[in-house]
Amino acid sequence: MTSLLPQHRRDAAAADGVAADLAGRPRPPAVGRSRRVATATRLGHLAEVSSRLSGLGAGGVIGGRVLLALAPGAVPELARGRSLALVSGTNGKTTTTALLAAALRTQAPVDTNADGANTQAGMVRALAAGDAATVVLETDEGWLPWAVRQTRASTTVLLNLSRDQLHRHHEVAHVARAWRDALDGAEHVVANADDPAVVLACLGARNRTWVAAGTRWREDARVCPRCGHEIVSDDGGWRCRCGLCRPRPQWWTEGDDLVGPATRLTLGLGLPGAANRANAAMAVAAAAGLGVSPEGALGAMRTVRGVAGRYEVFATRTHSARLTLAKNPASWLEALDMVGARSRPLVLAFNSDGVDGRDPSWLYDVPFDGLAGRPVVVTGRRATDMLVRLEMAGLHDVRRAGDVAAALSLLPAGEVDVVANYTAFQEARRALGHRCHGR
Amino acid sequence: MVADSALTVVLVYPELLGTYGDRGNAVALRRRADARGLDCHLVEAAVRDPLPRTGDVYLVGGGEDAAMLLAWEGLRSGHRLQDAVDAGAACFGVCAGFQLLSREFTGPDGEPHEGLGLLDVRCGRLDGPRAVGEVLADSDHGFLTGFENHQGDAHLGAGTAPLGRLVRGVGNGDGRTEGAVQGRVLASYLHGPVLVRNDGLADRLLELVTGPLAPFRDPAVLRLRQERRAAALSRPGARHPHLRRRSSHRP
Repeated sequence: MTSLLPQHRRDAAAADGVAADLAGRPRPPAVGRSRRVATATRLGHLAEVSSRLSGLGAGGVIGGRVLLALAPGAVPELARGRSLALVSGTNGKTTTTALLAAALRTQAPVDTNADGANTQAGMVRALAAGDAATVVLETDEGWLPWAVRQTRASTTVLLNLSRDQLHRHHEVAHVARAWRDALDGAEHVVANADDPAVVLACLGARNRTWVAAGTRWREDARVCPRCGHEIVSDDGGWRCRCGLCRPRPQWWTEGDDLVGPATRLTLGLGLPGAANRANAAMAVAAAAGLGVSPEGALGAMRTVRGVAGRYEVFATRTHSARLTLAKNPASWLEALDMVGARSRPLVLAFNSDGVDGRDPSWLYDVPFDGLAGRPVVVTGRRATDMLVRLEMAGLHDVRRAGDVAAALSLLPAGEVDVVANYTAFQEARRALGHRCHGR
Repeated sequence: MVADSALTVVLVYPELLGTYGDRGNAVALRRRADARGLDCHLVEAAVRDPLPRTGDVYLVGGGEDAAMLLAWEGLRSGHRLQDAVDAGAACFGVCAGFQLLSREFTGPDGEPHEGLGLLDVRCGRLDGPRAVGEVLADSDHGFLTGFENHQGDAHLGAGTAPLGRLVRGVGNGDGRTEGAVQGRVLASYLHGPVLVRNDGLADRLLELVTGPLAPFRDPAVLRLRQERRAAALSRPGARHPHLRRRSSHRP
C-alpha cells in the first residue's frame, strides 16, 4: 500500500532512516485515545443519536459540542498520528473535500465531514467518529486558524477568499491575515495562485504547491491584502508594487485538460462548470502530494456526480429540476455562468438566515441582467429583496411563490434550474426530495 | 446642473468603494430617473483615472480598510470631488464614504486623518462592539431602512444636520441620530443598498440637481420597505451611546 504521508515527509523520513515506521499506515488512533477523550466521544455520540431520534437534526454538531465540553483538549489527541488534510475557502470547499476524499480512498479508508459541518464541533465530531489513518476536513474559513493549530494538519488546501457573510467576517483581508499567521511554518499548502489573499496566506508555509485555479470574481482582488496598494492584473497574472505577485503554478487547466508536473490528463468530471474543474485541479494536486497518482485520483473523482445535493436533478411528475447552490457574489457568478448556458426557466430561492448572512446588499454585485427574457420565479424569506434586485436589473415579469414547489407550479412543464443560497438550498432539497426521487 | 438634458451619476472608485453592493445605489438612481423620463448615465470612475468633474450626483461607497485609504489618497490628490460639489453637484457617501467626506476620520490604522471636508463631521471609532444589524430611522424623506456594519461613529458639527432620527440600531453612535446632511452633501452608515430601500432619499438626491420630480411608486420597493421596517422593529430599541471614547480620539 502506498503511504498517505506527504511526499516530502516520506522523503525526510527516508533520509532519517525511519522510513519503515513512517511510511507504513499510521497506527489507528482509537487504540491510543485517553480515557477522557474516549468517554467524551461516547457521550458525544449518545447526544448525537438522541438529537437525531428526537428529530432535532442530524446531531453531528451537538455531538461535537458535547465532546469538546467534556474534553476541551481532545483535538490534538484525535489528530495525532493521522494524515490530515484541511480544505478551506469561501467557495468550493464541500465539493473539493468530496473530490479529495474520493481520490484518497483509492489508497486507504478516509474519515471526513461529508455532512458539511465545517466549524469546530463538526470537525471534532468527524475526527472522533472514526479511526481511519487519513482524514479530510472541510473547514470554515473563519475556523481555519483554529483547525491548523489544533490538528497540525500535514496538508492545507486553500481555494479562494471573497466576500461572504460580511456581518460575520467583515473583511476578506482580515481573514487572509489570520490565515497567514496560522499557516506560518505549516508543512504543506496546496493553494490557488490566482487569488492574492490566498497567496499572502501561504507565504510562511514550508512547502507550497500552486494551482492556477482561477477566479471569475475579481472584486476582492483589486487591492493588495498585504500593503493596500492597487493590484495590477494582466494576461500573465497579477502583481503589487510591494512584491506580492502571482506565483508560477505547477498545476493548471486548459479547457477540460488538467496539466501538472509531467502530466496532462482529461478531467472528464461528473460535475458541471469551470468552478468544479478548478476544484478538481486543487484536489488532484493535493492527492498527488499525498502519494496518489493523478490518474488514480481523477478516476475516483469522475465518479462523484453530486455533492450534498449540489447539481442534483429532481424529477417530479411535471418538472426536472436541477439544484445549484449560490451563496455569495463569487458563487453566483459561477452559477449564472452554468445556468446562463441554458435557457431553462429559473427558480431563485433566497433567505438571510444564519449562515446565509444577514445583509444581502451583495445581490447588487451580481449581474442578473443576462436573465432578462427568461421566466423567473422567486421564493424564500428574502424573496422581496431578490425581486427588487431583479427589477433593478430590468427584469419586470418576475413572479413570486411561497415555496419551491409552488414556484415550479407557476412554470411550464419541463427542465428548470433552481438556484438557492444556503438555507434556501437545504429547504429546496428537502422539499424536492419529498416530491420525487433525485437522480 | 443637468448638462445636455441628461443626468450623470458618477460611481466613485467602485473597485475600492463597493464592498456592500454600493453599485446598487447608482442603479436605484438610474431607475428612478428613467421612470421620470430623464436620460441617466452611469459613469464608473476608476481610481487610476482623474475623477470626472461634470457629474451631477457622486456616490462614494463603503470599502475595506486598505481600500479606503487608497481611495482617500486618490480623492485628496485632485480636489476634483470638492470642485464638482462647489459647481452644483450632489454627493452621497455610505459608511467608509461617509467618513471620507467628513472633516476628520479615524482611519483603520487608528490614526486621525484629514477628510475631504465636505461635511462638518468628525468620525471616530465606536467604543463598543461593531455595529451590525438592521437600522430604522425617521427622516424628512420617509422612514429610513438599512443594514449597518461598521465600527465608526459620527460627531456632527454646527453646520451639519442628521439625515435621520434613530429608532433602531446604532447609526452615528450617539443613540439619537443617523447620517449627515450639509447642503448638497448627504451621508449615511446604511447599506441595503440604502437608495434601493429608501425611494424618498433617492428622490431627494435626484431633486437636488433636477428640481421637483413627479411622484413614482414602485410596489416592490414599498413592500421591501415594509418588510425591513418590521424586521428592524423586532430588534431592541436604538442602542445607546458608547459614552466612553478611546483615548486616541480627539475632542
